Amino acid sequence: MNVLAIDSSNVTMGVAIANEEVTLGELITNVKKNHSVKLMPAIEQLMQETGIDPHDLERIAVAMGPGSYTGVRIGVTIAKTLAWTLQAELVAVSSLAILAQNGRFFEGVICPLFDARRGQVYTGLYAPHNNKVTQIKDDRIVLLSEWLQALRAVDKPILFLGQDVGLHQAMIREHLGQQAVFAAATENQPRPSELAWLGMQGEPVESIHGLVPTYLQLAEAETKWLAQQEGK
Amino acid sequence: MKTSEGTIILGIETSCDETAAAVVADGRRILSNIVASQIKSHKRFGGVVPEIASRHHVEQITMVCEAALEEANMDWQDIDGIAVTEGPGLVGALLVGISAAKALAFAHQIPLIPVHHIAGHIYANRFSAEFQFPLVALIVSGGHTELIQMPGHGQYELIGETRDDAAGEAFDKVARILGLPYPGGPEIDRLSAETEPTLSFPRAWLEEGSFDFSFSGLKSAVTNAVHNAEQRGAALEKADVAASFQQSVIDVLVTKTMRAVKEYKAKQLLVAGGVAANRGLRQAITQAAQNAGVELIIPPIHLCTDNAAMIAAAGTINFLAGERAAMDLNAHPGLELINV
Ligand SMILES: [Zn+2]
Repeated sequence: MNVLAIDSSNVTMGVAIANEEVTLGELITNVKKNHSVKLMPAIEQLMQETGIDPHDLERIAVAMGPGSYTGVRIGVTIAKTLAWTLQAELVAVSSLAILAQNGRFFEGVICPLFDARRGQVYTGLYAPHNNKVTQIKDDRIVLLSEWLQALRAVDKPILFLGQDVGLHQAMIREHLGQQAVFAAATENQPRPSELAWLGMQGEPVESIHGLVPTYLQLAEAETKWLAQQEGK
Repeated sequence: MKTSEGTIILGIETSCDETAAAVVADGRRILSNIVASQIKSHKRFGGVVPEIASRHHVEQITMVCEAALEEANMDWQDIDGIAVTEGPGLVGALLVGISAAKALAFAHQIPLIPVHHIAGHIYANRFSAEFQFPLVALIVSGGHTELIQMPGHGQYELIGETRDDAAGEAFDKVARILGLPYPGGPEIDRLSAETEPTLSFPRAWLEEGSFDFSFSGLKSAVTNAVHNAEQRGAALEKADVAASFQQSVIDVLVTKTMRAVKEYKAKQLLVAGGVAANRGLRQAITQAAQNAGVELIIPPIHLCTDNAAMIAAAGTINFLAGERAAMDLNAHPGLELINV
C-alpha cells in the first residue's frame, strides 16, 4: 500500500511517502515558513522523486491537529481533497501522537506538547507499546501548571517532547523534579514518516467529506458569545 | 484572444462566507452552481467571523465540489481548468479554496487558474448577455464600491473607488444603528420600499470630475440624526431613515456611474456585487440607463452574491489568455485587479 503523509499542523512541515513498511521519501522543513505556499510544491517534488503517481496513492494520512488553526486547515483540506478525488482512504492522526512516536523506546510515559499561549499547552499522555505509542490521557488544551499538578500522580518517568518544551522547561522541572526527562533536539521535531507509519496502522475515516481538524477550542468569537449568553 | 466556445472550467470560491463550486461551459453557460451559505452561522455575531468562516469552508469544500461535478454530469477529463479565487478576501477563508483547488489540479494534472474576486463579479453578467466593449462596470458589495472601465475581455481600468466604507458596509452599519437584523442591506431595502425618503442626508460628490466614492460622512449623519432624535425623545421612523439613507447612496452611485458611461462612451453598463440585489438601486439605474440609451446588464439576484460560477466565467478568460498558477499559489487578501 502506498501512503502519502501530510503534516502542516505546527512549525515543522513534513511530507512522506511510504510503501508498506518502507519510507520511500521524507521531506521536512523547520523554518516557520508559509505552509500555504510550501506544502503542495513539497508534495509534488516528493512524489516526482519517488516516482509515485497521484493515482497510485491508496491512502492519505494527515496530521489533524491540534496546532496552528490555519496550518492544520491547509493540511486537512489538501488531504481530504486528494483522498476524495483519488478515491483513496483517509486516516487522520493526532499531531500530538505523531510527536509522541519519537519517544516510542522510552521506558516510562510520553508527554508531547505544543505551546498554546497564555500559559496553556496542547498536550496528552502516551505510552510506548510495540513500536507504536498508545494514548493513556486524551489530547487537550490545558493550563500547563494544572497539567503538571495532575502528572505528579504518574509513577513513571515522563518524557517531554516538542520544540516548545524549552519555553517551559524550568516550570516542568519545578513541578516534577527528576521525574521529568527532556529529549534531544532531533526528537522534538515530529516526523512525517512516523505519521505514514501510524496512518498505515490506523482506521480510515468513514466519511472523507466529514473530516474536520481537531482544534480543541472554540473560535474566540464563539467563546465570547457563549459567555454573553450566560450573563443574560 | 481565442473564443470561449468549448471550454469547460470548474470554479471554486471561498473568499468570505460562502463555500462554492461550479462548472461553466463556453465562459457563459452554467452547468452547475453550488453554494453552501454560512449566513445563519454568522448571524448571531452580527457579521462574518473569519475563523468561523474558515472552519465551515473545511467542512463543506469537498462536498460542494462533488455536487458541482455531479450536477454538471462531468468527469475530471472533461475539465479544462480549475479556477479559484486568489483574492481579495479573508486570508484564512481563501486558503481553503486555494488548497483544495491546488490538490485537484495536481491530482488530475489540470491547469490551475487564479482569479480576482471582482473580475468574477463582473463576469457574472456574462451569463445574462455577451459583453460589448467598451463597457463600464459598477461593483457594489460589502467589501467593494468600484467603477471599472473595460476596453476588452480581461482588461480592467479602475476609474473610481471608495475612499472609506464600501457601500454594502455603510448599509450594514446603518442597519445596526437602526437595530435591524443581520444582514442589514436587504432589511434597509425592504423598509425603503414602504415609504418615500423625507430626511435630507448628505451626498459626497468629492472633487469635480472624480469617480471616487465616500460613505463615511453619510453614515455619521445618519448616526447623529438617530441619536439627536432619541435625545429629544422623538424617535425617528426606521423606514424614514432607511429610505432617506438608501436614496442618498443610490443618487451618488447612479449619478457617477452615468457620468462614467458618458465619458467612456460605454456600449454597456454592468452592475455587480451583493448590493446589486438592492431593488431601489436596480430601479434607479434601470431608469437612468434607459434615459441615456445604454444597454444595462444586472445579474439575477442569486448571481449578484458570491458564487463560483462567476469565478469559472472570469477564469475562462484567464485560461484562454494563458494565465496559470503553480503549486505555490498563495492567498492575497489585498489583491489588485490587473489585466490578463
Ligand atoms: Zn463578493
